[in-house]
Amino acid sequence: MSIDKTTVQKIAGLARIKVSEADLNYYAPQLQNILGWAEQLQEVNTDGIEPLSNVSEIACRLRPDVVNDGGNARAVLTNSPESVEGFFVVSKIIE
Amino acid sequence: MTNHLISLTITAALDGLKTKKFSATELVNAHINQMNACDNLNAFITKTPDLALRLASESDARIAKGEMRPLDGIPIAMKDLYCTKDVLTTAASQMLKNFIPTYESTVSQKLLDAGTISVGKANLDEFAMGGSNTNSSYGPVENPWRSKSHPDKPLVSGGSSGGSAAAVAAGMAMGATGTDTGGSTRQPGSFCGIVGVKPTYGRCSRWGIIAFASSLDQAGVFAKNVEDSALLLKTISGFDPKDSTSAQKDVPDFSGLLKQDIKGLRIGVPKEYRVDGMPQEITTIWDKGVQLLKDAGAVIVDVSLPHTKYAVPTYYIIAPSEASSNLARYDGVRYGVRVEGKDLQETYDLTRAAGFGAEVKRRIMIGTYCLSSGYYDAYYTKAQKVRRLIANDFVSAFEKCDVILTPTAPSSAFAIGENDDDPIKMYLGDVFTIPASLAGLPGISIPAGLDSQGLPLGLQIIGKAWDEVTMFKTAYALEQAIGFKEISPLLKKGMV
Repeated sequence: MSIDKTTVQKIAGLARIKVSEADLNYYAPQLQNILGWAEQLQEVNTDGIEPLSNVSEIACRLRPDVVNDGGNARAVLTNSPESVEGFFVVSKIIE
Repeated sequence: MTNHLISLTITAALDGLKTKKFSATELVNAHINQMNACDNLNAFITKTPDLALRLASESDARIAKGEMRPLDGIPIAMKDLYCTKDVLTTAASQMLKNFIPTYESTVSQKLLDAGTISVGKANLDEFAMGGSNTNSSYGPVENPWRSKSHPDKPLVSGGSSGGSAAAVAAGMAMGATGTDTGGSTRQPGSFCGIVGVKPTYGRCSRWGIIAFASSLDQAGVFAKNVEDSALLLKTISGFDPKDSTSAQKDVPDFSGLLKQDIKGLRIGVPKEYRVDGMPQEITTIWDKGVQLLKDAGAVIVDVSLPHTKYAVPTYYIIAPSEASSNLARYDGVRYGVRVEGKDLQETYDLTRAAGFGAEVKRRIMIGTYCLSSGYYDAYYTKAQKVRRLIANDFVSAFEKCDVILTPTAPSSAFAIGENDDDPIKMYLGDVFTIPASLAGLPGISIPAGLDSQGLPLGLQIIGKAWDEVTMFKTAYALEQAIGFKEISPLLKKGMV
């Protein structure tokens, strides 16, 4: 595993964060160190161990498939940077 | 003069309000004055004194009519990670610098219903990511304590709930909410000389708490003593259909069940927590805690948690992975800031570059890497497997004991700026709190003494899942035995 500037550029692209050349120089060695340090998990024998994703052992509940909230368009849009006629506004994505 | 009111415990203040020794307005005013006098600590992002005084007069009206609620008139601080209706909620991020929720989180609503009064939104590490409160885009929080050898040097309050802890330790609020993902209530509690509690995962609703790492995030509380913290935790606990991981379990009367004998109670002491490089003073305070519980009739049991050393790296795979997914919602479209680009893709890139701070970006990128194609199994799945081994360690240990006693943190509060350029060193500050978080267990930190620099050190009691009662009972017995009476210099000053 090696995190170089090209890798950071790729990760930042996936994460939708614009990074400058200075950012790449800053983050590359840090991410390399942190992920390198986390490599120690590889020495743990986890054969036959089930991954733990739900620590509370509470089964997810189902509820009837009915509308139980809604009609709050105005409230939902209150914090949007731009909205028109009850809709969020984004830049044009189709030419 | 009402300055002395800021030194009261919640229990004492409720008694004073009930017997009309003072009013809720006087009580809230005294705390607002202290909050204003302690501006230099930067404990609050948004102060809400007008709202607090309006609620105080409502409390006074209820008390006068004999309709006093369980915590009526008690001034608290609300971590700025809880959505509060019509009150700015930032998560200490520039991304949410203009976010005014149109709804109230379940936990803060429960506190409102009980009659508590928030004096403001407390500072934190951005999106609760940090252990020092130096990752806030609103600046670091200063600890109300200073070291003897460098009284001029401001120290960190701990994190991520640093503002909440500082507010309680300095007498700006009688209690506070925190959140705890890897130690964010227990560690600042230890650094600030107060009690910090994290309940069992699922005990409190996460609805309306801005998400960081969903499989770990849990609400928590701060208070001056164990009894107050039990009162607050009882108030915020309980089932909520709006959180799919909220437990349908009865909530015991934590504060009513505190003062029980601990004779015969089995206290586990894990040998793996005697880590290299830990200051002797912390080992001494831990040993003293063990002895005091033994003197009170408890039975001391050596236990082993063999995967302890893997807990911090496991956490720093799982938490950033979940964070990278949770924080994908900040797209500059639905809420928060937006930085326009030439197209939608560039708008995302610029918005997220401008809105997130360095530690948040670091964690999003680590998480993105760990979840990316080809690496998912090697990192995320592997970490989830080790997480199960860590949880299993506790299951085995709890066959031999009822609670586990450990130090809360491997150091006392350090100087602001120290460790900032060394993420791994910073991460290791949570070495004693993260294992219980990964296992979903309740933990409490209580002040256990001062080190040679005059700074508070905490001891942590970890309970079995859903057994906060035994955890609180042990914490109360230990608190009585230790008899910690020290208060922060700023609280002392404010009482004059």
